[in-house]
Amino acid sequence: MADYSALAIVRNALTGNENWKPAWRKPEPKTRYDVVIIGGGGHGLATAYYLASEFGIRNVAVLEKGWLGSGNIGRNTTIVRSNYMLTGNVPFYEHSMKLWENLSHELNYNVMFSQRGIINLFHTPGQEDEAARRGNSMILQGVDARFVRPPELRRRVPALNVSGNTRFPVLGGLEQPRAGTARHDAVAWGYARGADRRGVDIIENCEVTGFVRDGDQVTGVETTRGRISAGKIGVAVAGSTNRVMALAGIERLPIESHVLQAFVTESVKPCLDTVVTFGGGHLYISQSDKGSLVFGGDIDGYNSYAQRGNLPIVEDVMSEVLELFPAFAKLRLLRSWGGIMDMSMDGSPIITKGPVPGLYLNAGWCYGGFKATPASGWCFAHTIARDEPHEHNAAFTLDRFHRGYVIDEKGQGATPWKH
Amino acid sequence: MIIPCPFCGPRDLSEFAYCGDADNLAARPDPASTDQAAWNAYAYDRANPAGEHAEIWQHAGGCRRHLRVVRNTVTHAIGAVEMVGSKS
Ligand SMILES: Cc1cc2nc3c(=O)[nH]c(=O)nc-3n(C[C@H](O)[C@H](O)[C@H](O)COP(=O)(O)OP(=O)(O)OC[C@H]3O[C@@H](n4cnc5c(N)ncnc54)[C@H](O)[C@@H]3O)c2cc1C
Ligand SMILES: [Zn+2]
Repeated sequence: MADYSALAIVRNALTGNENWKPAWRKPEPKTRYDVVIIGGGGHGLATAYYLASEFGIRNVAVLEKGWLGSGNIGRNTTIVRSNYMLTGNVPFYEHSMKLWENLSHELNYNVMFSQRGIINLFHTPGQEDEAARRGNSMILQGVDARFVRPPELRRRVPALNVSGNTRFPVLGGLEQPRAGTARHDAVAWGYARGADRRGVDIIENCEVTGFVRDGDQVTGVETTRGRISAGKIGVAVAGSTNRVMALAGIERLPIESHVLQAFVTESVKPCLDTVVTFGGGHLYISQSDKGSLVFGGDIDGYNSYAQRGNLPIVEDVMSEVLELFPAFAKLRLLRSWGGIMDMSMDGSPIITKGPVPGLYLNAGWCYGGFKATPASGWCFAHTIARDEPHEHNAAFTLDRFHRGYVIDEKGQGATPWKH
Repeated sequence: MIIPCPFCGPRDLSEFAYCGDADNLAARPDPASTDQAAWNAYAYDRANPAGEHAEIWQHAGGCRRHLRVVRNTVTHAIGAVEMVGSKS
């Protein structure tokens, strides 16, 4: 499999672009692997990649029930940021940010990581204080943050309504300049190719339907393509966590599955070169490199595995877009879709050994797991390879809820539909 | 999504507020209990099924009654709906 380079592009152009090779093989599953990862989303693929590249474990398979990119990795609104506040979260997300900053280079795959910044708007003095506290906490922990005032906002985001004649007048924003967006499919494809060329078997159309046990120990999986035994099994199935864990006899988890919708308009000329979020409601919006405006808001708010949403949230999100950007009323909406997320009860993730011997669990990404993809893979690979967490994921245990160590970034308690 | 309220008739989803898993609420420990494991499990753990799910919805924009609704979480199809709470 060739590297991507200027020379390769010229060579392939001269031969009519007919000689590009597939980016990863389509191997038949072997009967045994050292590590099997269930779920070929971003987190599963990144885990396999780092198992091979960082921890020298190459006899690895990633089992994906559909095709690569069919889950949330290919459905999200692509925002990458590390503007967290709590000590359990900040080092983890900042580790992710540092991996993002070198990812295209490391993978030799252009993930189109674009550090266009994110501006979280605030609209009340209380929100302003909260933003100052978050910004200070970020700076103290080595993350970049700055305040943006209305005159600068007018210059930077001309389409934004900063007039003051709105229900939620914009007082300013907290910016993380290093935040931005990345091309989500390319992240999956880049990790897949990187893992494949280090020997990892990526097996699509292979659904895990059961676990093989030896006493308490889980020793393999039953799949639609036969039984596969494994020394260790990592579960990274995002919104399907409860379904897969039920196959291992775990019936109850601190997780609910909810649908989150996203929207894309027709392409227009560049008019928004940063990511903006609305503090008066819940909206995040950016412009893709193709020119479409990409945006989303709240989850629909009740348990769902439907991968499609309902109209009240569509109306809610549209009204927020128009509150902030009245001119966007003229744009036509091209598409909307939903993804199923594993909302954890404190809004923070779970990356841990267990809860069954032989199993390792990566879950609870809620609607913010895309930005976490590199660090999640890195920390999960560490946990699987070393049988203990890295310090960056040490707080992300499953038993933290029962021990009273929840990592509640928003301070809202056990209300998963609010995160 | 349309939820058929036994009191008001079929109404649009936007009139209702979701109040969570009905079976989980029903399994609340005795308020006098100090069994920490039971309270923690009640507060945090969920069955989260893909398929039929019993849940509480309040008809907030209508009669304001609480309803026990069986809904399919994969298809959004609504099954049995009954009133809960104080009897009229
Ligand atoms: C609309 C939307 C917008 C979002 N926006 C953002 C954002 O802007 N920024 C951000 O950081 N995050 C965002 N997220 C969240 C983020 O996309 C997810 O948290 C993250 O992608 C989840 O991890 P993943 O990529 O590995 O999951 P997935 O891609 O869903 O991977 C899980 C895989 O497991 C597979 N699987 C399930 N069951 C089985 C089985 N039995 N056997 C084999 N395979 C199985 C699935 O097919 C799937 O491919 C958004 C999510 C959605 C839906
Ligand atoms: Zn009613």
